[in-house]
Amino acid sequence: MILAALPRLTLALMALPVLAGLAGTVGPALAGGGAGFRALLGWPGLGQAAALSLVTGLGSTLLALGLCLLLLAALYGTPGFAPLRRLLAPLLALPHAAAALALAFLVAPSGWVLRLVSPWATGWTDPPDLLLLNDPMGIALMLGLTVKELPFLLLMALAALRQDRTERLMTVAATLGHGRVAGFVLTVWPGLYPQLRLPVYAVLAYAMTSVDMAMILGPTLPPTLSQQVALWQMAPDLAQGPLAAAGALTQLALVLGALGLWRGAEALGRAAVAAWAVSGRRSVWLDAPARRLALATAGGLWLGLAAGIAALALWSVAAEWRFPDALPARLTSAGWTAALPGLIPALSATLMVALAASLPALVLVLGCLEAETRHGLTATPRAMALLYLPLLVPQIAFLPGLQRLALATGAEGTWPAVAAAHLAFVLPYVFLSLSGPYRGLDARLSLAGRSLGASEQRLFWRLRLPLLLAPLLTALAVGIAVSIGQYLPTLLIGGGRVVTVTTEAVALSSGGNRRFTGAFALLQMLLPALAFGIAIAVPRVLWRNRRGMRA
Amino acid sequence: MQRRDFGRLLSGLALTPLLPRRARAAGWEATLDEARGQTVYFHAWGGDPKINAFLEWVGGQAQDRYGVGLVQVKLAATTDAVARVQAEQAAGIVTGGAVDLVWINGENFAAMKQAGLLYGPFAQGLPNWPLVDTAGKPATMTDFTLPTEGFESPWAMAQLVFEYDAARVKVPPQTLVAFEQWITDNPGRFTYPQPPDYLGVTFLKQLLYGLMKDASVLQSPVDEAAYPALTAPLWALLDRIHPALWRSGRAFPANEPALGQLLADGEVFIGFSFNPGRASAEIAAGNLARTVRTFTLTGGTIGNASFVAIPFNAAHRAGAEVIANLLLEPEVQARAQDPAVLGFQTVLDLAALPPEDRARFDALDLGLATLPPDQLGPALLESHASWTTRLAADWTRRFGVAQ
Repeated sequence: MILAALPRLTLALMALPVLAGLAGTVGPALAGGGAGFRALLGWPGLGQAAALSLVTGLGSTLLALGLCLLLLAALYGTPGFAPLRRLLAPLLALPHAAAALALAFLVAPSGWVLRLVSPWATGWTDPPDLLLLNDPMGIALMLGLTVKELPFLLLMALAALRQDRTERLMTVAATLGHGRVAGFVLTVWPGLYPQLRLPVYAVLAYAMTSVDMAMILGPTLPPTLSQQVALWQMAPDLAQGPLAAAGALTQLALVLGALGLWRGAEALGRAAVAAWAVSGRRSVWLDAPARRLALATAGGLWLGLAAGIAALALWSVAAEWRFPDALPARLTSAGWTAALPGLIPALSATLMVALAASLPALVLVLGCLEAETRHGLTATPRAMALLYLPLLVPQIAFLPGLQRLALATGAEGTWPAVAAAHLAFVLPYVFLSLSGPYRGLDARLSLAGRSLGASEQRLFWRLRLPLLLAPLLTALAVGIAVSIGQYLPTLLIGGGRVVTVTTEAVALSSGGNRRFTGAFALLQMLLPALAFGIAIAVPRVLWRNRRGMRA
Repeated sequence: MQRRDFGRLLSGLALTPLLPRRARAAGWEATLDEARGQTVYFHAWGGDPKINAFLEWVGGQAQDRYGVGLVQVKLAATTDAVARVQAEQAAGIVTGGAVDLVWINGENFAAMKQAGLLYGPFAQGLPNWPLVDTAGKPATMTDFTLPTEGFESPWAMAQLVFEYDAARVKVPPQTLVAFEQWITDNPGRFTYPQPPDYLGVTFLKQLLYGLMKDASVLQSPVDEAAYPALTAPLWALLDRIHPALWRSGRAFPANEPALGQLLADGEVFIGFSFNPGRASAEIAAGNLARTVRTFTLTGGTIGNASFVAIPFNAAHRAGAEVIANLLLEPEVQARAQDPAVLGFQTVLDLAALPPEDRARFDALDLGLATLPPDQLGPALLESHASWTTRLAADWTRRFGVAQ
């Protein structure tokens, strides 16, 4: 009984705060006969900012998905894939802002790459005046987003793929004379993509609404729409409230439009794959270049990550590091000694909030999925839309409303309240990491269990849960990482009383001090990296004698 | 000097509605009693570790002297605190609010005061108030032309100074004409934060001060009829220099820290900040080259003050007043002015201090790059807030969308 009602309860938990917050956005946007929208239309950058949001969002998502497909098709199941798998945890754990800062420091005209080759190779003793970052087309931003989105999509794909089944399909394709890439695209991908669809939508929505990466890598004349909305939102001039609200609603419409476009493109993709299959082309020639490209991509990711983390680590101890010195002239521990005293309380508060948000999220999601299975419920599109509201609506648009709710109930300023707010952001991600693998479970296994007389309880505990161990731990790690990444909800709902490594890191990096940014970025990576490490290691250890159980 | 006198007149006028005077000594004893044992949540920008460390030291002093705890709530932007008090007001929370004290000035102060979000007047009731140099530093009483009326208490003076790398710039350009020439001669080595960032708009206002025949109009609200003619020289100047700016004016740094980073990285040779002691403090911290020095423009640069204010619903109002008063202690002010600590200029009238307190300031080593007070030049008053909004909007219309 309770189980059957759980999906509705979860939806209510998700939708209530967001809808309350949204109402708080629609109100001001329409106030004064739409003054906010008139002001928005009067802003000369609107068209370009909206186009930028669309292009960077769609472009980075397409690029990330394409690379994900390339890496899987060319390398999955080969020895070349193992180092890639090890790369996922640290890449996912790296906070967006820190990743952007590291990337910026690597490729900026005064960045590490040019420092390493100057002046001996370039002749430059001063940084050249080149527009590498913040380019008006948003290319730097697109690349930055791709670097962060690709690992997430790969992780989702790995959680959904089953090695034994994939190998069988690839073998069949190979016996029919297909190349590796053609075999993967024609036999595995059509089954995999439906499970990746929701993560892809989330990635698209995130790429279009994210502010922290756009702030560091994105263009500024004009910025992307979401960043401009955040700037309006932060303006002390209260008159800009309606403008920001109108911008937020426009951004929401833009995201929905982009999702519609993507859905249309899915049909084209399907048709293309079908045409390829029908044509009968084996396309073996694709394999060699695809493999080279995939290895280059993986190598580039490895190199970028290692150089990025090294840059952050070096900056965290650099006392003087001038262009064109390849290394800091002096070292100091000032960054770390300043960070350490508050570290233990901040880390423990971070962990407490992250677990208090992720564990209930995991239980709720499991309950919903189990209710689906047992009671034959299906998630309607409307229900799914509600579930994903927190990801689709720009955070800054509904958080003030959420804060008002917390204040009215007197819950603000406490860590359980912060955890409850995080739940709204954590749950959709947990759901999308788990629902694919859960729904992808072979129904014949449960059928076999039932025919052997096992109860639904027993099937759940003894069959489905163990089968889902890897995706469960992955979902938990994703939840923890998402919770740890939250800045605005923590600050607004915590009233400044709940201090996490992220609130500390963001406050410190607003001062632009690279030493502290480096130290805190590394600290911010610590907990999620641990969680992802566990999610990847435990199943491999536990199932070391169960080849078919391994992803 | 004329402008300064004008400002003094303005701030004097603003004060004439006499503030309710408190029976200072007796009232303060009661405040101290009430404050003992309270923990004050001070919402202050947390982007500078030096400031965070300083506030931690202040907290230790507050605990030792008055038994008042101090917790800095580190913000990425002051508007976070403003939004929070707004939300509390909207939720009907009139006591026990989360923000006890907030570091504030300018537009944030104007917004909070106008919305009735501040407690006061309290500043003139603080025992250390008489030490404040209200005559010599009119910005302590007038925040962006808005009279503070005791709703915020000053704790640091700021003035626009330009920072340059003396190894790359031999003669710093101290007039507008020389500056323009230098920019054109050194393409790609100067830029300013993108308006509406406050430092970027301050730069525009600084240019206006140099371009206008009668800059006193900046003290009044924008006159729509006169505005186009008054600002035409500014836009013409920007049109001339933009192609020679960093990245040819196709990208701008976001704010003061971003500009400071460009100077540290050697991408630009001249930067600027709102703190005359910043360069010295950053050199001491190893962030800026030891060859960086500062200069101001002949005719003066814009100056203003940093304040603390108490929200109307602060849970620990007495404790907050104690902290506001402690921030005005000569010992605390001298520590803030020490370039090895913060390098913030004091709000106190040094001439009026007792000799032992003055000695604390005289003993300070200004640091490598800080100009001594007599070479800093006059501090020009901030303009009326309507200029800030108008200039920022116009800049965005003209330059905010690259072609």
